[in-house]
Amino acid sequence: MKVGVLALQGDVREHIYALQTCGTEPITVRRVDELNSIDALVIPGGESTTMALLAETFGLFKPIQKRIESRLPVYGSCAGMILLANRVLDATEDQRTFGGLDITVRRNAFGRQVDSFESDLEFQGLRASMRAVFIRAPWVEEVGPEVEVLAAVNFHGTDHPVAVRQGNLLATSFHPELTQDYRIHRYFLEEVCRVGSRIG
Amino acid sequence: MSEAVGTGRVKRGMAEMLKGGVIMDVVDATQAKIAEDAGAVAVMALERVPADIRAQGGVARMSDPDMIEKIKAAVSIPVMAKTRIGHFAEAQILQNLGVDYIDESEVLTPADYENHINKWDFTVPFVCGATNLGEALRRINEGAAMIRSKGEAGTGDVSNAVTHMRQIWAEIRRLSSMREDELYVAAKELQAPYELVKEVAQSGKLPVVMFSAGGIATPADAALMMQLGADGVFIGSGIFKSGDPANRAVACVKATTFFDDAKVVTDASRGLGDAMVGINVADIPAPHRLADRGW
Repeated sequence: MKVGVLALQGDVREHIYALQTCGTEPITVRRVDELNSIDALVIPGGESTTMALLAETFGLFKPIQKRIESRLPVYGSCAGMILLANRVLDATEDQRTFGGLDITVRRNAFGRQVDSFESDLEFQGLRASMRAVFIRAPWVEEVGPEVEVLAAVNFHGTDHPVAVRQGNLLATSFHPELTQDYRIHRYFLEEVCRVGSRIG
Repeated sequence: MSEAVGTGRVKRGMAEMLKGGVIMDVVDATQAKIAEDAGAVAVMALERVPADIRAQGGVARMSDPDMIEKIKAAVSIPVMAKTRIGHFAEAQILQNLGVDYIDESEVLTPADYENHINKWDFTVPFVCGATNLGEALRRINEGAAMIRSKGEAGTGDVSNAVTHMRQIWAEIRRLSSMREDELYVAAKELQAPYELVKEVAQSGKLPVVMFSAGGIATPADAALMMQLGADGVFIGSGIFKSGDPANRAVACVKATTFFDDAKVVTDASRGLGDAMVGINVADIPAPHRLADRGW
């Protein structure tokens, strides 16, 4: 299985390292021919506005949408979650996303950088808890009926989903690639990609 | 362990998210919006771009809080702001304003000619300038979560940025080739803590993200700095002192992402109108060179 990391901007290097540690040989994806050669895609953390603009400028936007529709397994962290969401709150006026996940995401929901934090988190499907790093992170405000919530964070008395899955799509508002704990990447490769390819 | 803000991982991680991107100097909300629409990963809010600080002279200080608030309200991307070297009270104000990153910057007039800010005291992360590896490691030791290799700001002359980026990488490569028992003397010579020197020698890179800054004015300049090993670029006067800021901003963003693809950088370089006029660094008398500030 060939995994790609969308390399328009963001913490590409950390995802590449995480995927290598999990025993794959990932490639970077900046062009359509690279996109067409992969069996799974990771969208890294970074600035969602920058990535969307570059994807559009270099003709990657529609091809990524098409591959998501044809059930390419995709994992997005932070900005990646925003780009996979069908609906975005607190977005710029003309902000577009690839979409695919039937969720509404709120950008910078936990606040600005001074509010960025790390926290212990229970992730469904992993036996132990994990340390999750949230950087100007979004949260999920609404989920559609087919979306499974895998983890949530309590913020001022309300639980907000921070990890979701819908079929071939997985998204977290935190950054497992910044820790040495790559169980989410493994979960993506072993669970999400397997199911995705079976259906596909 | 439960929730923790302002940890090293959170501060350094924020800079990781900016990689491969362009951070643009802006002086008002209109420019900030142009920068965001052009694909900037962050904006640096300041009252005067370095070219104007240079032209107008006088003491350059932290920006007006109202102006920073307006820029924060105008864009969804991170907003950075500059404090004078050593001026921790300005930094406290910037943290209180909720800026996303503080640049302890030689572009402003230093407030302390001996000490930099103790950046561990803050939950907001700091970026600091460096001309060489020792300076970079001293800043990291003081708590900087990101480094920008210095150029000569406000000139449009990229030569100093090149010199310092090459210098830092040359020193890193030198450390990587040393025997472990030689690192003690290397630490002494670099005037940097042994633990950090050892970490750089083993990993072959700085422990934090390193951008390039100072004198970058064209897409080709951005591509050059990326090929020389920058994780991303700051563009100060180069965009809004040029003839067509919106197009130049987009072009620099494209060239930073596809820095190793000459075809994309060529196309990005077309039809941009006039670049900023610029000053040759060699024509600036040594006491007026900003990159020499910091120690």
